[in-house]
Amino acid sequence: MMERFNLLWLQSGGCGGCSMSVLNAENPDLFQSLRQSNINLLWHPSFSESSDSDFLELLEQIESRQIPLDALCLEGAVMMGPNGSGRFHMLSGTKRPMFDVIQSLAQIAGHTVAIGSCAAFGGISMAGPNPGEACGLQYAGNIKGGLLGETWNGNQELPVINIAGCPTHPNWVVETLMQLAMGLLDESQLDSYQRPRSYTNHLVHHGCPRNEYYEFKASAEQPSDQGCMMEHLGCLGTQARADCNTRLWNGEGSCLRGGYACINCTAPEFEEPDHCFTETPKIAGIPIGLPTDMPKAWFVALASLSKAATPKRLKVNAVSDHIRISPGMHEEEED
Amino acid sequence: MSTSSSRRVLGPFNRVEGDLEVSIEVEQGRVSKAWVNSPLFRGYEQILQGKDPRDALVYTPRICGICSVSQSVAAARALAAAQGLQPCPNGQLSTNLILAAENLADHLTHFYLFFMPDFARDCYRDRPWFEQSLARFKAQVGSASKDVLPARASFLHLTGILAGKWPHSLAIQPGGSTRPVEFQERIRLLSTIKNFRHFLQQTLFGDELEQVGELQSEQQLLDWAEQHAQSDFGMFLNIAEDLGLVNLGRSSDNFLSYGAYAQDTRFLFDDGVWKQSLQTFDAEQIREDVSSSWLMAQPEPKHPFHGATIPDDDEASGYSWCKAPRLDQAVMEVGALARQVVDGHPLIRDLVSKKGGNVRNRVVARLLELALVVPAMEDWVQQLEIGETFCTHAEVPDEAQGAGLTEAARGSLGHWVRIKNGRILNYQIIAPTTWNFSPRDAEQQPGALELALQDTEVDDEPGAAAAIQHIIRSFDPCMVCTVH
Repeated sequence: MMERFNLLWLQSGGCGGCSMSVLNAENPDLFQSLRQSNINLLWHPSFSESSDSDFLELLEQIESRQIPLDALCLEGAVMMGPNGSGRFHMLSGTKRPMFDVIQSLAQIAGHTVAIGSCAAFGGISMAGPNPGEACGLQYAGNIKGGLLGETWNGNQELPVINIAGCPTHPNWVVETLMQLAMGLLDESQLDSYQRPRSYTNHLVHHGCPRNEYYEFKASAEQPSDQGCMMEHLGCLGTQARADCNTRLWNGEGSCLRGGYACINCTAPEFEEPDHCFTETPKIAGIPIGLPTDMPKAWFVALASLSKAATPKRLKVNAVSDHIRISPGMHEEEED
Repeated sequence: MSTSSSRRVLGPFNRVEGDLEVSIEVEQGRVSKAWVNSPLFRGYEQILQGKDPRDALVYTPRICGICSVSQSVAAARALAAAQGLQPCPNGQLSTNLILAAENLADHLTHFYLFFMPDFARDCYRDRPWFEQSLARFKAQVGSASKDVLPARASFLHLTGILAGKWPHSLAIQPGGSTRPVEFQERIRLLSTIKNFRHFLQQTLFGDELEQVGELQSEQQLLDWAEQHAQSDFGMFLNIAEDLGLVNLGRSSDNFLSYGAYAQDTRFLFDDGVWKQSLQTFDAEQIREDVSSSWLMAQPEPKHPFHGATIPDDDEASGYSWCKAPRLDQAVMEVGALARQVVDGHPLIRDLVSKKGGNVRNRVVARLLELALVVPAMEDWVQQLEIGETFCTHAEVPDEAQGAGLTEAARGSLGHWVRIKNGRILNYQIIAPTTWNFSPRDAEQQPGALELALQDTEVDDEPGAAAAIQHIIRSFDPCMVCTVH
């Protein structure tokens, strides 16, 4: 029998949405997934029985190394404010700032895992003037460092594993934890932001059902229109690294399938795009952000060519909120 | 804040969605006073200042991972009010469906994952129902989780279809929804809802939803519990009888609801105030008091259109990051119980007239809503006009203001936005648990939970006192929303 893999899940400056998302895991469900991978959830803020002094006792046993800690998961940003005191999040029942608890446990844990973009990079909690003085475990936005420092490695030699996303997909979390428990994850499996390549080797654009509109630059103009959302509605799917349109969310969804822009929530600093999230910034009518790896001259040439060749079906449907013209049935066009 | 030798600090409390610390003063084995502290501050209201008003639709759902859609709805309504925009009928139906999916999933999560595991605690070892409760509700390993997790996840496929994902969708817009429903999708929506109905009827109730929804009085409820003792709701009711949960956690008995699930000009559950009798709700009477908050002092409590949230570093300035909202100076309780007593459900009116708000009644109202809202969802799907528009549009004015009120699973949620020069000048949020878990106000009136904890009997180990845990969780608190 494999040894049990002890996991502790803590929350700090976040919304709890990654926990709610991971609870959406299906076939198998979350608890069954953990059980069959020999992952022993020492404690989770939403799913465990023990509360209050029982939890503080557990924490003491972990910190004094009586209970081994194989993985520390943090959900939510690290709250350093006000003025570096950590008073924006004290651990209840103690006089201890939460950042101090996180720092201490990360030194003990085999692996430290950031669950969601807040824990990874600061995320939404860092938006605006960053009133909470929030940061991620090993990043503050784009800048490496964060709480633990640029060169920090966990006891199992890996840096913080950033399962970024807002929220993160249940499978990204469950599968990464399973890989850790089975000893399958090494540094080559992480991208330059320390995110598991298992989902960041893809673009959100892959599998987007609006690809035909994209190809012909038949663009949506208003929310609920059917066309491609890159040109006008702020969609970053051609640049965002995640497999949202091949893995899908809640059975059959994704942001694009829901009719709204990808806001690149797996990336650091997605929370401050410097323009309205749902409006594409342009220079001379050309979107500033081009599809990943696409040379600008090519994009401009292809776009004008495909715009000239856009079939009527796509032109009409792109600015409608339902399909007005079916494929190959132009004569049946509705009003 | 006074200190006393009998004062104890309890926390962290889990299964409350976020962080919570409670201090109690104990005299002769009973809680004489309680202080509720929301220990996390993130500063959303500062983050929103100066942003494009439309960006509130991205930021505010991320206040909370469990009331995310409710936050979307409140933001969309606040913007719609500022734009003078009326959502189209399909957009309204779609919003109701997405909101109901979240609220009902939350009720289910609360009952099975947050609330019932406390009845598998070792302190109840001697009760006659313990073995059964242990097998069914023990955290993570009880048999219920094997039924509930797949049922909850399948039900949330509704949000996959209608909202792209849950939590944190951008589908809900001031004018409706970004996600039109095609002809064939209506059937998928219906079958997802009916599948959930089947689960509730088989597992939670052991009875038709309509039968549960038609219970008229406490006596009928108790008779029903005897006949359905093997269902999970029946088990809860019988545990509640044995432990006297009806005598636990009574609060102000002032109830508030902003009205839930818009239908043309009315709501499925009407808005109003209940103080022994039904009164009209006037949002102008809301004030937020910061006397006990770690926030910059204000000369007087402010209406949220004019509220400010500036953290004050001085620990002595208060005991919580939470503000103290009051309606016409009164402490209000919000949540499913409030919604149902205000709307006039006969069972809930009877329960409240006998023993007010208490641990049992709060849970009953939540489960009753599962029985009432699922049939409404089936109707809403049928009412969708396929081929008609799902979203109306309007520009955001350079200068305007708007309030967006809605009901989250755990109670009344409001956003108040003021726009100047096309940017957000001020954005204030009052979440359900801001009402329920507020600290004291300038008049030293305790908040709803602080009141509910008073007089609770505690044994030598107050941290382990199950009664305190039951009372806290009976409100289905969402602490991340509370301070935001």
